[in-house]
Amino acid sequence: MSVTAGAPERVDGHPPTGPDPRRRGLAERLLAVRELSLLLALAALVLVTTLRNERFLSGQSVKDLLLGCAILVILAVGQTLVIVTRNVDLSVGSILGLVAFATGSLFLAAPGTPWPVALLLGVALGALCGVVNGGLIAVAKVPALVITLGTLYAFRGVDYYWASGRQINAADMPRSFLRLGNQTVLGVPVLFLVALVVVAVVGYYLRAYRSGRELYAIGSEPAAARLSGIPVGRRVFAVFVANGALAGLAGVLYAARFGTLDAAAGTGLELQVVAAAVVGGVAIFGGSGSAYGAALGAVLLTTIGSSLAVLRIDPFWQQAVVGALILAAIGLDRLLAVRMAARLRGRSAHGA
Amino acid sequence: MSAYRRRLRVGATGLTVAALLLTATACGGTTRENSGNESGGGSQASGAANPDAPIKEGLKIAFLPKQVNNPYFTVSDNGGKTAVTEIKGEFKEVGPSEASASSQVSYINTLSQQGMDVIVTSANDPNAICGALNQAKAAGAKIVTFDSDTKPECRQIFVNQVTAEGIAENQVKLISEQIGGEGEIAILSATANATNQNAWIELMKEELKKPEYSKIKLVTVAYGNDEDQKSFQETQGLLQSYPNLKGIISPTTVGVAAAARYLSGSQYKGKVKLTGLGTPNQMREYVKDGTVDAFALWNPADLGYLAAYAGAALASGQITGAEGEKFTAGKLGEYTVGKDGVVVLGPPTVFDKNNIDQFDF
Repeated sequence: MSVTAGAPERVDGHPPTGPDPRRRGLAERLLAVRELSLLLALAALVLVTTLRNERFLSGQSVKDLLLGCAILVILAVGQTLVIVTRNVDLSVGSILGLVAFATGSLFLAAPGTPWPVALLLGVALGALCGVVNGGLIAVAKVPALVITLGTLYAFRGVDYYWASGRQINAADMPRSFLRLGNQTVLGVPVLFLVALVVVAVVGYYLRAYRSGRELYAIGSEPAAARLSGIPVGRRVFAVFVANGALAGLAGVLYAARFGTLDAAAGTGLELQVVAAAVVGGVAIFGGSGSAYGAALGAVLLTTIGSSLAVLRIDPFWQQAVVGALILAAIGLDRLLAVRMAARLRGRSAHGA
Repeated sequence: MSAYRRRLRVGATGLTVAALLLTATACGGTTRENSGNESGGGSQASGAANPDAPIKEGLKIAFLPKQVNNPYFTVSDNGGKTAVTEIKGEFKEVGPSEASASSQVSYINTLSQQGMDVIVTSANDPNAICGALNQAKAAGAKIVTFDSDTKPECRQIFVNQVTAEGIAENQVKLISEQIGGEGEIAILSATANATNQNAWIELMKEELKKPEYSKIKLVTVAYGNDEDQKSFQETQGLLQSYPNLKGIISPTTVGVAAAARYLSGSQYKGKVKLTGLGTPNQMREYVKDGTVDAFALWNPADLGYLAAYAGAALASGQITGAEGEKFTAGKLGEYTVGKDGVVVLGPPTVFDKNNIDQFDF
């Protein structure tokens, strides 16, 4: 397992792929290429689907696509923060489910609650789950993969216990809250705008803030990061809290969007989230990747789902096709990375 | 550091092995105990049924649903509880939180050790729990299945919510009324492998061959995998791929709610009709806002209620599970046992804006 919570030893000889300040220009170009290839794949997918059925680019359909990817985008961006530090959070699906059910329960218990209050409480509950994750990882010094696998079941178990078989339905929640899930501003769904804000804030933070850059350093080489005075433990803890809060936000939005909630909401979502981040060029070994890429990965995965439905692919094949497309995206990405690495080696040989 | 780690890991493995061994021993113990019971009191081979036998008081009736955190089973088990209270019995509900094939076995073993008179269960797998059920039968319990059956020889009565023909007939009739008897329709199902869904879909196709439905064309079947997001996407896909689509049938509770939620926020609201199998609580919003005219479902509470009465009738000797026997199920009236010990609850209830507020499940 290379996914460790700051264990100093590196078992595999994987070269760290983090941005080197001396070659920031090149690193940025590498980044640009990654996102460009995703955009190309997305454009090709939309083009092919639209050629088969021109309704795929109608106003309603575009609105549906944007609405459909919003929740996954938020989760993928949160996951990026975690993966960049060479950790992973598998509990996000369970956090989302727990917060979604909590939001529904809040409206059942206090029907007059204004939705911004519900939103804040949901984010707070998600952050609390993140504190549990981050705390356990800091105290136990066990890989995040294992801890969050445990909390995946623990949070879901709390959800099961709380729900004890109940279901919360659209009629139990206020209209103003449910409208949030469908409303558009100038034709763009509110949910998507929320996701855009999250992408912009996290993307800018990772790129421009000192602590954001330190996350990459931690992921590239935790031991070196610690030696150079980066508070690794504190940063990793903060990252899990932030990811929990974003999963909480996604949970509230899930409640607004789907309206029907039981304890199983969001089951299995964590794998889609990790897939979206990886497809978006976030290296699973940490130290590399951007929030923008992860967001594009999420958009791509959702669009694949929608376009398979429009292309009327045999349902027995759909999952296999999704898997093949994920592999193709990762393969393409890897190819580009290897080429770029080769070119970088050539340059540095000349330069030095 | 790494040596310390290795030691830790060895320790953990040891613990796991010990735990496994413990579990295995526990299971072995259970089985032995049960076979002892079997040789002791295996006189359950009931004689002839006595239709006039009164329902016994104080019967211990246990409900074992597929999983305990499923809203559908919560409602049906509560229906069973109502019935058990009416006949002054003892009600108990146990079950796994995961609906996997073998998860119910240990619960059945425990229930038969506790000397339950009746075990009412919905099987996660038609074969996996058969052995345990047969042991429970040998220990004197009566077995009733509801919603999902086991192999017929493993239980005395299966309470079927509705016949597959009943569902197909009802769904086709509902969509035909809503789209005015002509146009393209599609089906939004659960998973492509779901046995009951596929049986219903086949029967719907048969039903559509009737002359009164000759102007209705079924264009495709889509699968939403009983996930909200996937059902959303498939509904979108249907509406984009078939511009002339007039109606959608979604005979699954997740699918119909997701499709309704999608339609209610789209330009197709009210133009494309939707019906299916859903619960009144999840569909109330969409019936009231005009997205859905009418949909159907059997009443899960009545299903549990009938299953409890069937169990009580078995335990009291009123019936043995043979074809043609009759028993009375409280407020639901009289039922007749059909072939293979199957009792059918009745045709599904249709919900629309006039009656939906009378139901709460």
